[in-house]
Amino acid sequence: MTRHRVGAHTIEFGNRPRIVSSAAVVGPKEGRGPLSALFDLALDDPLYGQSSYEQAECAIFQEACSRCLKKAKAEPEQVQAMLGGDLLNQIMAASLAARQLEIPFLGLYGACSTMAEALLLGAILADGGYADPVLCAAGSHYCTAERQYRFPLEYGNQRTPAAQWTVTGAGACLVSAEGPALARISLATVGQIKDMGIKDANNMGAAMAPAAADTLIHHFLDTGRKASDYDKIITGDLGRVGGSLLEELMEQAGFALPEEKHMDCGLCVFDPKEDVHAGGSGCGCSASVLSAMILPRLKSGEWKRVLFMATGALLSTTTSQQGESIPGVAHALVLEGGEGN
Amino acid sequence: MQEKKENNAQNKFARERYAALVKRMTPKSAFGQGCFRAFWVGGLICVLGQALADGAHAWLGLSSAASLTFASVALIFLTAFLTGIGVFDRIARYAGAGTLVPTTGFANAMVAPAMEFKPEGWIMGTGVRLFSIAGPVLVYGISASAAVGILYYFIRW
Repeated sequence: MTRHRVGAHTIEFGNRPRIVSSAAVVGPKEGRGPLSALFDLALDDPLYGQSSYEQAECAIFQEACSRCLKKAKAEPEQVQAMLGGDLLNQIMAASLAARQLEIPFLGLYGACSTMAEALLLGAILADGGYADPVLCAAGSHYCTAERQYRFPLEYGNQRTPAAQWTVTGAGACLVSAEGPALARISLATVGQIKDMGIKDANNMGAAMAPAAADTLIHHFLDTGRKASDYDKIITGDLGRVGGSLLEELMEQAGFALPEEKHMDCGLCVFDPKEDVHAGGSGCGCSASVLSAMILPRLKSGEWKRVLFMATGALLSTTTSQQGESIPGVAHALVLEGGEGN
Repeated sequence: MQEKKENNAQNKFARERYAALVKRMTPKSAFGQGCFRAFWVGGLICVLGQALADGAHAWLGLSSAASLTFASVALIFLTAFLTGIGVFDRIARYAGAGTLVPTTGFANAMVAPAMEFKPEGWIMGTGVRLFSIAGPVLVYGISASAAVGILYYFIRW
């Protein structure tokens, strides 16, 4: 018997768990971007004083977690669960960060949707009283993603106009049933895998857009809401191509998503003058933008209610080379802010 | 069974429709611009190569065959050096096939993985991954030349 459900895909949180603190640590390119002033720390050096980019990714992940806990004045030993993941094989950055933090750890993989997946599960744990507080985090690093999915950094390859640039950065949020809130989580829609046969690993936006549309349609059907019920519908990293595909798919499905209601983290994280083609991507993209920009705006009351929907292209280089298409997934959370928390 | 068949047909139709939509909404690479950049940068590299060969012949007193080898070695060194200081990928991103086609592309394809995988050690990192990009070129390049060689043995032309 399920008690906390609305419709087929959506969870309703009775106690509306709170995001009590958040932190974002990013790399130099992100630090030069339009959100520059909002990040807790923007690094000058993508190696972050480490001897490999993998170690740097782990250190960035850990720094975001530590800063998030510090802002909530919480010690790692008080945190009852840590949920998180990244893009590395075997989600090593998150695991190595959890090794340092010594918090009970549940590793997650949802590609670039990991932050929404972590928050969704964290909210369930906190709302149900199974763990409180819960640390949710996700991160990525351009240099580690390039070598794992594409080419060595110094190799002079070409990028297509639809290609996206992996964000170097991590975001962390502390979720609790009580305490002063940046925002509260009222609903969550769990996405199903959608695969419309896209095989081009340089067009992840196109691989993810059908999943985003599917989750959004299910969310609207389950809740009876529409785009106008939200101040913003925020997607993770659909980028320029995926973003317009989502708007087109929503239009076709009869649930209009006007351009001014739609915001994509991948399109706001980098300076448009940078050579990032269709925008930013990676677990760290939605995680850092959520932590640095979305949650503060909800707290200040600038936005009352947003739908945060991180999208993931579940790409594996092995199955991709074997000719398999790229499955996409998207999870959505309703974040309520403003006064009257 | 009938229903499943219908579902498959519908899926196929939806995928085809989506593929057409994606094609329409995905921006294309700037073909003319790409050709122009590849032409002038690639051409410049070739002029440089010829100048190196002629210079070596005239001033270093190398034979014509040795001067050509000298030009190749010099271009490979230059590419490796520029890759090492992190400049070559920027030039290549601008020039596209202009840097890929001459010797420079091959040199870059060797040096970039050698640098990239060094943290994994000299054996399992650099040693194993050195040919990760250039490998296919060698495998099929050498195979093709062997095949042509065998053919030439039987059929002289």
